[in-house]
Amino acid sequence: MKEGRPRSFYVLAIFFTAYVLFLYGPMIAIYVLSFQGPQGGLTFPMNGVSTFWIAKLFQGTGIVDLGASFRRSLLLGLVVMVVTVVLSVAAGMAFRRKFKAQSILFYSAIASLIVPSIITSLGISLEFRIVDDLIKAHWNENFETSMGLLTSGLGAHLTWTLPFGLLIMFAIFNRFDPRLEEAARDLGATPWQAFRHVVLPIILPSVIGIGLFGFTLSWDELARSSQAIGAVNTLPLDLQGLTTTVTNPDIYALGTVISAVSFTVITLALGTIHVLNKRQAAKGSDAGQGLV
Amino acid sequence: MDTSEDVLQPLSPDLVRGSETARPAKAARLSPSFISWLQAGPMMLVFLAFFLIPLVFVVIVSFWDYNEYQLLPAFSGRGYTDTFEGCLAQLPDLCTIVRTYLKTLKFCFLVWAITLFIGFWVAYFLAFHIKSKTWQMGLSLLCTIPFWTSNVIRMIAWIPLLGRNGLVNSGLMKTGLIYQPVEWLLFSEFSVVLALVHLFTFFMVVPIFNSMVRIDKSLIEAAYDAGATGLQTLVNVIIPLAKPGIVIGSIFVITIVMGDFITIGVMGGQQIAAAGKIIETRVNALQFPAAAANAVILLVITFLIITMMSRIVDIKKEL
Repeated sequence: MKEGRPRSFYVLAIFFTAYVLFLYGPMIAIYVLSFQGPQGGLTFPMNGVSTFWIAKLFQGTGIVDLGASFRRSLLLGLVVMVVTVVLSVAAGMAFRRKFKAQSILFYSAIASLIVPSIITSLGISLEFRIVDDLIKAHWNENFETSMGLLTSGLGAHLTWTLPFGLLIMFAIFNRFDPRLEEAARDLGATPWQAFRHVVLPIILPSVIGIGLFGFTLSWDELARSSQAIGAVNTLPLDLQGLTTTVTNPDIYALGTVISAVSFTVITLALGTIHVLNKRQAAKGSDAGQGLV
Repeated sequence: MDTSEDVLQPLSPDLVRGSETARPAKAARLSPSFISWLQAGPMMLVFLAFFLIPLVFVVIVSFWDYNEYQLLPAFSGRGYTDTFEGCLAQLPDLCTIVRTYLKTLKFCFLVWAITLFIGFWVAYFLAFHIKSKTWQMGLSLLCTIPFWTSNVIRMIAWIPLLGRNGLVNSGLMKTGLIYQPVEWLLFSEFSVVLALVHLFTFFMVVPIFNSMVRIDKSLIEAAYDAGATGLQTLVNVIIPLAKPGIVIGSIFVITIVMGDFITIGVMGGQQIAAAGKIIETRVNALQFPAAAANAVILLVITFLIITMMSRIVDIKKEL
């Protein structure tokens, strides 16, 4: 290879920088604008600096009850996170050996990822409507609906998060050395012990990654919630509702608060992954050394 | 010799197959295939209950009849005929519904072309020009983080920039390039495409980057040594080897844009309709069979595009 950096490096470095600016620029603009003074409007220049609009959010003066949808989104996100982690790790383990129906599961996951969200969402709402009609016709005339945050809503979100979880598990087990597990078994570990004390500590950083995906994908999910969540609203749905009537910077304040939660979760997850990797490097690095 | 071979013979298949069969006690309690079912079953059930059965319902309901108040479970093509009502009469002019689908396809193509261009060069830069693994990780993370925040926020983020009194307009006015604000920047087809590119280039960068980092660098060296120019290496070595990533990224972007109605609605100032919007409108009017019929049409179009794409590459093999 030639000495130094080729000219294409500099051209592409500028291109890359421009792309990153394009990605972050608008977002930074609204984060800044959410600190407008009380008289501030939707655009620059800033009209004073204050936390007026953010405080206004928490007073709950708006048309919608943001506090309630905040709690709903948080609850749903946490449930989706836990379910996604458990089901993805379990299914990922299953895929390490051949089993019947594995290609059905694989193609379901891929299809769920690429079938347009509105269609999945519509399908779930139709399904629950038909179930509701059946219940009303046969069991209870006064039955309202089985649609809700933790029924149809949870299901809709899982069809979006589980494929990501499964794909991450594939990536993990692609580089996983099965000999470590065999060694544990040869030493007399039960399958559960081998999983708990050997496999899980090794894959833990990526499992946290799956949790991160699960929570944030659900926290920001919109299209799948739109038809499938029932009568209640999540935070992104409220936010979308606000876009049609936007006149005040409170929408930016809401955006900033939602992003702040996302960024907190990302930072926590990445920090934990970093600590775990460090621990693994410190405690697990001499495994097998000096034997061969 | 004979005896030892006899002893080994029945044992050897067990040894080859591994410890599951080597421990008859365990194997008798839980067979491996049962464990697999136990492990994969819950995820399968979720997909069955919330994806596969709903999809079947969409197809079934699209052939049901309906009136103003309820669904009528009787076979009917009304969902489809209502969708294209008056389209034949209007020919050769295209009716609204056909124009809406064509517009969606146009957005799809534009966004695909732009995200492919940006995604390819961003991935190329990260994969081939950044030598340090730490930097590579850091910079890819930098591109990933915005994907983890709300799409709606990233859409409305364009308002202070592109609006009538936005940064772009006031900047251009100050420099004296224009004398009155440019109106087509926001709530226009331009802003729709811009926002879609902003939101979804990520889906192009990641798969292309993944297939590019797997390319053996010595192949590129070999191409140079054999006298290939940079362009020739790009066209004959890198692009073919990055093709799986390009196809996977393209499928992602195309399916997302085909189904999108929220970005197109918000960024189009609710003036530009998209295929997904038709479904939403029909649902709001409680015309479920018509909504389902449109979902089936959308699904078929998306499926056709993906089939064409996956002819180029076997997706499963590449994961």
